[in-house]
Amino acid sequence: MPKRTDIQSILLIGSGPIVIGQACEFDYSGTQACRVLRQEGYRVILANSNPATIMTDPDFADATYVEPLDVEVITRIIEKERPDALLPTLGGQTALNLAMTLSETGVLERYGVELIGADAEAIATAEDRELFKRAMAEIGLATPISATAHSLEEAMNVVGSIGLPVVIRPAYILGGRGTGIAATMEEFETKAAYGLDASPISEILIEQSIAGWKEYELEVMRDRADNCVIICSIENFDPMGVHTGDSITVAPAQTLSDFEYQQMRDAAFAVIRRVGVETGGSNVQFAVNPENGDMVVIEMNPRVSRSSALASKATGFPIAKIAAKLAVGYTLDEIPNDITKKTPASFEPTIDYVVTKIPRWAFEKFPGTSGVLGTQMQSVGEVMSIGRTFCESLQKGLRSLEQGRFGLNCDPAEALLAEIPDDELLQLITKGTPERIFQLGECLRRHIPLETIYEHSRVDLWFLDQMMAIIEEREVLAETGFADLDRAGWRRAKRLGFSDAQLAYLWNVEMPKVRQRRLELGLRPTYKTVDTCAAEFEASTPYHYSTWEDEDEVRPSDAPKVVILGSGPNRIGQGIEFDYCCVHASFALRDAGFETIMVNCNPETVSTDYDTSDRLYFEPLTEEDVLNIIDAENPVGIVVSLGGQTPLKLSGSLPPALVAGTSSDSIDSAEDRERWNALCARLEIPQPAGGTAADFATAAEITSRVGYPVLVRPSYVLGGRAMEIVYDDEGLERAMAELAGFGSLGKEGGLSAERPVLVDRFLEDATEVDVDSIRDHTGDFIIGGIMEHVEEAGVHSGDSACVIPPYSLSDETIQVLTDYSRRIADELGVVGLLNVQYAVKSGQVFVIEANPRASRTVPFVAKATGVPLAKVAARVMMGASLAQLRDEGLLTNPVQGDHVAVKEAVLPFSRFPEADALLGPEMRSTGEVMGIDLTFGLAFAKSQLAAGTKLPSEGTVFLSLADRDKEVGVKAAEKFRQLGFTIAATSGTAALLRQRNIEVETVVAKIGEPDGQDAVDLIESGDVVLVVNSPRGRGPRADGAHIRAAAGRHNIPLLTTAAAAFAAVGGMADRAEHSLEVRPLQQYHQGVKAGSQ
Amino acid sequence: MTGKKIEPALLVLADGEVFEGEAFGATAPNGCTTGEVVFNTALTGYQEIITDPSYAGQIITFTYPHIGNYGVADFDNEATRPFTRGVIIRDLARRRSNWRAEADLDAFLAAKQVPGIAGIDTRRLTRHLRDAGAMPGAFGTAAESDLRTAARNEPGTSGQNLTELVTTKNPYVVDFTGVATPKRVVAYDFGIKTTILRHLSGIATVEVVPAQTPAAEVLARNPDGVFLSNGPGDPAAVVGAPSIIEGLLGQVPIFGICLGHQLLSTALGATTYKLPFGHHGGNHPVCRLETGTVEITSQNHNYAVDDGSLTKDVEVTHRNLNDGVVEGIRCAKEAAFSVQYHPEAGPGPHDAAYLFTMFSELMDDFQKGRR
Ligand SMILES: Nc1ncnc2c1ncn2[C@@H]1O[C@H](COP(=O)(O)OP(=O)(O)O)[C@@H](O)[C@H]1O
Ligand SMILES: Nc1ncnc2c1ncn2[C@@H]1O[C@H](COP(=O)(O)OP(=O)(O)O)[C@@H](O)[C@H]1O
Ligand SMILES: [Mg+2]
Ligand SMILES: [Mg+2]
Repeated sequence: MPKRTDIQSILLIGSGPIVIGQACEFDYSGTQACRVLRQEGYRVILANSNPATIMTDPDFADATYVEPLDVEVITRIIEKERPDALLPTLGGQTALNLAMTLSETGVLERYGVELIGADAEAIATAEDRELFKRAMAEIGLATPISATAHSLEEAMNVVGSIGLPVVIRPAYILGGRGTGIAATMEEFETKAAYGLDASPISEILIEQSIAGWKEYELEVMRDRADNCVIICSIENFDPMGVHTGDSITVAPAQTLSDFEYQQMRDAAFAVIRRVGVETGGSNVQFAVNPENGDMVVIEMNPRVSRSSALASKATGFPIAKIAAKLAVGYTLDEIPNDITKKTPASFEPTIDYVVTKIPRWAFEKFPGTSGVLGTQMQSVGEVMSIGRTFCESLQKGLRSLEQGRFGLNCDPAEALLAEIPDDELLQLITKGTPERIFQLGECLRRHIPLETIYEHSRVDLWFLDQMMAIIEEREVLAETGFADLDRAGWRRAKRLGFSDAQLAYLWNVEMPKVRQRRLELGLRPTYKTVDTCAAEFEASTPYHYSTWEDEDEVRPSDAPKVVILGSGPNRIGQGIEFDYCCVHASFALRDAGFETIMVNCNPETVSTDYDTSDRLYFEPLTEEDVLNIIDAENPVGIVVSLGGQTPLKLSGSLPPALVAGTSSDSIDSAEDRERWNALCARLEIPQPAGGTAADFATAAEITSRVGYPVLVRPSYVLGGRAMEIVYDDEGLERAMAELAGFGSLGKEGGLSAERPVLVDRFLEDATEVDVDSIRDHTGDFIIGGIMEHVEEAGVHSGDSACVIPPYSLSDETIQVLTDYSRRIADELGVVGLLNVQYAVKSGQVFVIEANPRASRTVPFVAKATGVPLAKVAARVMMGASLAQLRDEGLLTNPVQGDHVAVKEAVLPFSRFPEADALLGPEMRSTGEVMGIDLTFGLAFAKSQLAAGTKLPSEGTVFLSLADRDKEVGVKAAEKFRQLGFTIAATSGTAALLRQRNIEVETVVAKIGEPDGQDAVDLIESGDVVLVVNSPRGRGPRADGAHIRAAAGRHNIPLLTTAAAAFAAVGGMADRAEHSLEVRPLQQYHQGVKAGSQ
Repeated sequence: MTGKKIEPALLVLADGEVFEGEAFGATAPNGCTTGEVVFNTALTGYQEIITDPSYAGQIITFTYPHIGNYGVADFDNEATRPFTRGVIIRDLARRRSNWRAEADLDAFLAAKQVPGIAGIDTRRLTRHLRDAGAMPGAFGTAAESDLRTAARNEPGTSGQNLTELVTTKNPYVVDFTGVATPKRVVAYDFGIKTTILRHLSGIATVEVVPAQTPAAEVLARNPDGVFLSNGPGDPAAVVGAPSIIEGLLGQVPIFGICLGHQLLSTALGATTYKLPFGHHGGNHPVCRLETGTVEITSQNHNYAVDDGSLTKDVEVTHRNLNDGVVEGIRCAKEAAFSVQYHPEAGPGPHDAAYLFTMFSELMDDFQKGRR
């Protein structure tokens, strides 16, 4: 069937901010969709609140709305744009849920918008677990037995009949909050009670637990002619009970016979047909009983998912791209296979390598969390690795994680495990945790029988035996030794995935020696191609991975090449923003006539889409792997400063001549504390007073000099890891002791003689400012953007809202900031991007740090100002001058408009109810949104809505402020009253407000005090519509924690700084008098004047 | 291969290409095995593939690196013994893991006299065969020079009648396993797969007869239908078969698979030709022309029916979407049809199982027509 001509314009909804469970994969799928739909000649209207995405680049859609993903907002967009169709299946759960609401509320009908891809009924059948189970029963497929309960009594009866263990799932809860497995009656009672409480309709689904069964996923595609194909089968290394998103997963399935696989394939087709997903990709999850092969269906996602992104990267089959074409009417056989060009997309990819996905977590940032994996996803990122065998791909994956591991073993961290006694170790592996894979390795190393390990971990014996091959090889290598290992031995080790770093550790010789010896023996990796067909047909796609075989398929051309090093797995502090920068660099440099070569190991990203760059190497970002690629390609330049810390850390070990832009020496003089201080001194730019200390005594000496409060932080960390604000000696003692503890454990941010802590005077009530700028090799310099933070310094730049243009800074201050930035850029000899963070305290500007690289804010700045910073920077790094780029028209002036853009951080606290929802100098946000409008208030209100905080328009506001916040608090309270809100407060705050004649309706008792209603009671009573609790400084921290927890439990908007509260009330005021307006970026980039529409 | 000592071995192709690996499975007499080297791209089903008699005279290269992971189970045998000359893989499982498994692949091959070579850069080999075409080769622990000579002297499959090697010596009956009233089908065994018999016995009592059984003898059994099985090698070399089939045309409904399809086409006047490296795998898209729908099919053939040679009352019913090769034909007036691929799967997708129902219906209609 040809493509549909009855629709001209299509609305695409993105997935919004990066949150746990929804990451870059939807930027990848959305970007692909935008591209193909426009190629097909449709007008594409895009809605996505996430400014860090590539899809929200004005070039990717005809109208790009960076607006909150909220029903009211989308309705306005539909009113304005009148799209013919809405494609909801490429923006994750967010887009799907929105589409459902739009359909249920009749909006789609009213404006004649057709849902394409999947209709409302199909979505409901897949999403509603009850409906789904019934549908499965209809087509004779088993699902785990289950029943619902609406009261604890009912729950007790149900569990009586089903029997423990069971999985508990509260109904209508976002992100599956409160789901979990209960193994004992006690656990069951607490979890059931929590679930009933958490569910808005107090309903829970109680399901027989089949934890320990094998878990599989199939990626299915279907077209209008009812042709169905399987793109990829995935087998989980971690058994049922650990969320697939938190499991190590392997493609293709390894331990299914054809007999079983074909049954699963038939079942997957039956599921997609019964659910009624008309066209596109879906993901069906199965569990198999390893004892007898019994198979049950777990769930089906009627949309592209994180797994389909993985499947696309694993096979080379671009699911999202094809799904978009199918949605507009094509059938699979009408679409050519990109990779072979000759053959059609109506086939099932077959691969001749093994793909392993390994998640990455951030539990250390959320004190109070158990760190145990369960039925809810908790990972913040993942890596994928490709090898010819499982062993090779597993070890590549483990070193891709960038967590100090060189592979499965043979690295310093393995020492930690050696101390654990066998029985304890066997207990540890019964639970899924980030460490389990290494604990399994340790069990094997002790030659604990595989069966015993299996009994405890339920990790399949085939996987365990493969890992054993690595262990046995390690033993051989240790025996033979560096000197005596022959070429065959080296090859065997390399083929099992051993890195030079592992060998260096094992033999205790330096890396360079190992590398040298290897090269002497003529052992270089061979690069193979990902081609969807196991070489049956010639591939025309340059998508490669390294392995240790006979034949190298890469034929380097003699065009000038640039290698762009990506940012590796998403983690808090380093995410999609950097992928955006790398992708833009690739586009810009390709346009400038370079051949671009991308290196990255993150399967979610656009950078690892094989048609983003001229060549893609899906490889770990380690010294060895990168040097090998450089040998194979000999590029003219390597871009290290757009992928965050990851490539920056490598710059030192790369040929200096090849490092594009700012030299690694300059980078070092910004990173190295001593050199940096010296530089600031030379430039006479003030820094917060401070010093470095390796023990308490020295630290105390510093504080006696600079005075409290101080900020204590380890050197060489990302995202303010383990930073702490300290107010007195005992606090200082505690902090130092803790860091010393890390040190002895070799943990990140650990304190040691060679890694002292930095003790700085903490600037209270200072305004933080981020400045992004670019300097070229001629010394020409431009400011990209000056961002004023809403929250005061002390809240990590990545976690605080920030605003373009600055809304309170004086022209003088802005002059000073510009001047300092220019001088720092000159002194460092920056060629490319420079990000400087400042704290402005009562008019005086202090510099906090400088990062001579792309910062998190680059994409936001680009979208706020219309200047393609990353592209300009990439060109500058490769030798272009700003003047030249102006002539070319690439570098434009910031748009002159009256709009204000606010970037707000999105925090994952709802995933970690045990952790305190507090902002501090340690970054904890996973993503960001942008609010853009004609006043600061409106833009701020939008940013809050986009981040999930719907600011109320009436009701009771609850205030509990730390002393030093009270002045701002009073101003906010006044405004709340003016807007007609009633006020409740804790005694201290209430006293002050009343003293300023601000009416306080309710004063709550201290928590725990017998008499009267306390803050938590009040919040639980449901009367409060907004909680403002600013805990920093001394003051009642404990009470605060309870207050914030209560607000979190009941999804009541929570603001934890007075500054934010003040900004919010301003937004509420503006919202009250203006009707909601939405405008596409393209319009803002023309310059929108106030008053105009 | 834990505990087992590694025996270095070589694979040498007729054109001189050499590959290094290690021996496993059976030890070949004087360390040398020869045959026509082909590759199969299926991700699962190694046991069915190894035991498929159609691989007689051939050495199978598996493009998927891990082979043996789920062991072997008697149920998955496509014949009482393998006829393949040998197996080439990247990595042999050290240990099997699957509830169905009854033995390790390594032990199975050793017991069934099938030599193997592991550790090969099978992707390099596949790319070579793709570009140079399937060709004779030799592998084993013997000296490179001996392997080279052996490879050069290996005739390959062209012009060889390999069906004699694999067909049953005596007729035998496979009982009806279905529910409806059983039909009676005579199945010519050119190397028939167990999975085909499983499908046929679902609709009929199946009388399996040797490849050379004369038409008269078959008609004397007066069956409701005749099935022409899959089988190894060059259809042109299966002398006699086409004339036998001519003797059956019009007398009784006929359904053919793979070699059976090529022989039926020949009997209907068409000619066959050899493909450069054949179709061997489980992911080939085939278009069913009358509905325009796509089925993902299991395939295993080096020869194909020549489009141009088809006579006017033979229609093409199925085509390969990758390269346009004829995948199925029908001759309504002779009540005969056949497909080049494997609707029975074993291993592979079940998308085309409907063809067995069609055979059943064809037999019904033919009966009605008689009355
Ligand atoms: N009945 C069950 N018993 C044990 N574990 C289960 C069960 N159902 C689901 N799980 C585990 O929980 C994870 C998430 O469940 P799933 O239904 O896929 O929800 P989600 O929509 O969050 O992916 C699965 O990946 C699986 O590991
Ligand atoms: N001397 C200081 N006074 C007040 N706040 C500070 C000071 N130094 C750092 N901060 C706060 O800590 C946050 C993290 O510090 P920073 O040096 O930027 O670490 P990172 O390199 O992790 O971004 C900053 O964004 C700022 O809010
Ligand atoms: Mg799931
Ligand atoms: Mg910072």
